[in-house]
Amino acid sequence: MIKIMIAILQLVLFIAAAPILSGLISKIKNNIRLRKGQSILQPYYNLAKLFFKGEVVSETASWIFRVTPIVVLSSTLTAAALIPVFISSSPMHQAGDFLVLVFIFALGRFFMALSALDTGSFFGGMGSSREMFISSLVEPALCMVIFSISLQFGSTDISAFNGIYAVSVSSIVAAIALFLITIAETSRIPVDNQETHLELTMIHEAMVLEYSGRSLAFIEMASYIKQMIFFFLIAQIVFPIALPVFNSLIQLASWILWYLARIIIIAISVVLVEVSVAKMRLFRVADFLGFAFVLGIIAVICAMLGV
Amino acid sequence: MMNIFHKQFFLFDPLSLFFLLVIFIISLPSAVYSFGYLKGEYSSAKITLTWFLLSAFVLSMAFVVTVGNCLVFLVFWEIMSLVSYFLVVFDSTHEKSIKAGMIYIVMTHIGTAFLIAAFLVMYKYANSFDFFAIKNACQVMPAQTKNIVFLLLLIGFGTKAGIVPLHIWLPYAHPQAPSHISSIMSGVMIKTAIYGIIRFVIFILGINSSWWGVLVLILAVITCLVGIIYSLMERDIKRLLAYSSVENIGIVLLGVGLAMFFISVNLPYLAVFSLIAGLYHLINHAIFKGLLFLCAGSVYKATGTRDIEKLGGLIKKMPQTSAYFLLGAMAISALPPLNGFVSEWLTLQAFFLGVFNVTGGTRLFLGICAAMLALTSGLAAACFVRAFGITFLGKPRSHYAEGAKEVALSMKIGMSFLSFLIIIFGLAAVKIMKLLAKVAGGAIGLDTGAMSFSLNSFVLSPQAGKDIYLSTPLLLLMLTLLGTAGFCIYMLFGRKRVITYRTWDCGYYKLDSRNEYTATAFSKPFRIAFSFFLMPYRRTQKIRESFYHVKSFTYETHTTLIFKKYIYDPAIALVFRLAGSMKRIQPGSIHLYLGYIFVTLLLLIIFMHRF
Repeated sequence: MIKIMIAILQLVLFIAAAPILSGLISKIKNNIRLRKGQSILQPYYNLAKLFFKGEVVSETASWIFRVTPIVVLSSTLTAAALIPVFISSSPMHQAGDFLVLVFIFALGRFFMALSALDTGSFFGGMGSSREMFISSLVEPALCMVIFSISLQFGSTDISAFNGIYAVSVSSIVAAIALFLITIAETSRIPVDNQETHLELTMIHEAMVLEYSGRSLAFIEMASYIKQMIFFFLIAQIVFPIALPVFNSLIQLASWILWYLARIIIIAISVVLVEVSVAKMRLFRVADFLGFAFVLGIIAVICAMLGV
Repeated sequence: MMNIFHKQFFLFDPLSLFFLLVIFIISLPSAVYSFGYLKGEYSSAKITLTWFLLSAFVLSMAFVVTVGNCLVFLVFWEIMSLVSYFLVVFDSTHEKSIKAGMIYIVMTHIGTAFLIAAFLVMYKYANSFDFFAIKNACQVMPAQTKNIVFLLLLIGFGTKAGIVPLHIWLPYAHPQAPSHISSIMSGVMIKTAIYGIIRFVIFILGINSSWWGVLVLILAVITCLVGIIYSLMERDIKRLLAYSSVENIGIVLLGVGLAMFFISVNLPYLAVFSLIAGLYHLINHAIFKGLLFLCAGSVYKATGTRDIEKLGGLIKKMPQTSAYFLLGAMAISALPPLNGFVSEWLTLQAFFLGVFNVTGGTRLFLGICAAMLALTSGLAAACFVRAFGITFLGKPRSHYAEGAKEVALSMKIGMSFLSFLIIIFGLAAVKIMKLLAKVAGGAIGLDTGAMSFSLNSFVLSPQAGKDIYLSTPLLLLMLTLLGTAGFCIYMLFGRKRVITYRTWDCGYYKLDSRNEYTATAFSKPFRIAFSFFLMPYRRTQKIRESFYHVKSFTYETHTTLIFKKYIYDPAIALVFRLAGSMKRIQPGSIHLYLGYIFVTLLLLIIFMHRF
């Protein structure tokens, strides 16, 4: 029972906190570009606006288009419930292991890509094709990352990345690989660009182009949560953190601060990459993710050597 | 030769029974489906003929997996091949069918030749064709001979299974048969080759050295990737599915090869686990590929075309067929909580367990195999997004698709039965793994009662010590609960109205099906990323009325089938050249033939006299 409570708490926290991360990233990005930038709460305003707006659905669309936002959101939330955030073992660890995370994200993506083809819009097809291309290249790299972490931990249990409290060469290399994967998965520069709607470059935005109103709010929410999950995974690998010690209030407070700060560090690194790199051509993404895959292999070798 | 019918004729061990189950579980819905499918498609005489051929086909497969004697096995193997040949050329009015049949029958006989060679070598040691006699004899067989027998068996069965580069017949033959036969061929027939590998290599021959497993793993990885990449390029829906069968045979072989490897390094429990993963994927593939072929048949029946570029928008015209196809596509893309997901997870897990338990460079090899499996599964998802999205979603791309209607009831029954199985095999994973443990244990010769992986009522955890869990019912529960919550939030809380309007068209106002993304465009990134292997080329042609006016312009893009171009075409050319040079001694003159007879006679007399 307590586990279910924790899982629900975790979900609520993910839903509540995920958008702020995007707001933060865009704020820092704008500041670096010497702009004032929007408030970091802007994603919440956007979500609220979308949530209470009417919706336009294409006449070509079928039920796939209608169910996709719900499938995407529920699969992302399932992934969020699977990972252990506050306790060393995941509340839902009986449902699946680390590998299941990959497949759960695949479920949401599958429907997302179908819904993009559903409206008969050429933008949708473009986005869907590109998204599936990138995701199919992400999977082996992600597999190697999971693999290297599990090797250190001794099993592919979902708490693996939470269970190695010592930073090793292997986990740093794995984290870099995961960082590249995160950039691809959360549609950031240099793989994709969330800020533009240019038909030549957009990937994720092309897929959701036909969505509006509440459905769009759902999909946006799902992307925020997905981003949070990935950031959290990286943070936990490079800056592992043990359970809080409840000796004093100050200790607890510093624990919480460090807990949040490391996620912000990841966010800042993403921003630095985004402002300093130009978006690459779609076919160069294969090299980019190939590099992530090679890093994954190096991480595995390091894990085997025990460093 | 008197001992052909000596000892057991039939062998009903768990392995045989499992394959019998696979055969009948697919054949039954396919047979039901054929009532509706054949009606109106063929004359009544031909329909009667298909029933005869179908029964013969299913029976011969049933015998193949149950007989306990090599010679009888070969007889039924041949009957199976020949009957399926007649089914491939069933639409004998099409030139394509004749060609497909030709490729099929040549390839399958090359395979059988290797099998005969393997059986004869085994006979030499056992003096019997009985499975158990050979099994005993194999224990004293020299290692070198064992290696040769293994390679002969691998080529022989590999041809039937469609291991790359012996897969060449599969994408021709499977699509040409009537759809319910395609579903049996792709779902079941190629699995009899896996039965052969498990039965003859693992069960009878016994694993000799670890390179056997490694070889099978390498072949399996290549098979997976080649199969799915070709599948992504294909625009004929049935050929797309046939190539995807090549890929899935690769995944099954990953499990089987891993089991062989684990036996050789003396990790029997992991071997059982890997074989369970392989067998699980085998039956899963039988189910969803069977279903997908039936759905493709329905699409063909309703529209009259198999070209997905001409389809589209069928989800509104054929709601049930498209729902079944979607389910099959989700299962084959390994999406939770369906059956394909469970078996791919198990296979990946088998690789991970291998890495935890073996030592040396093999660990990295196994890891990379696992990553390639992940790549395959990503590409498979892309392939089936494309297959489903282009065929069923969007606007109809031609009049073929516009006139489509939902298919007859018997066809729907066949498809719904298999759809039901997809869900059952996903959710009841624990029960099924328990049964498969017996099958795999029997094949490897290990009592699975003391297996180190624990299975409790609803989760399965393959590893003792640090438990790993997977529970599809729990995943489904979470997904549905969260989905329902999401749906409630969506429907309640000041919901505004939903307007149905045109797809956004940049103010063009004439968006029609020609503006849609095509299947060829969808696979373009993949074509470029894998261009080192696919070698795409363009063919353009301008037809001019005058120098200044181009009347029409044709643009084609093709990919090079490298196995055909660099292996099979030269081989065929060689055969023809040899035949051509043989022709020279056969000019049709009776005098010359009389001369041949005379010379032969002379030589024979000399031969008899001398030796």
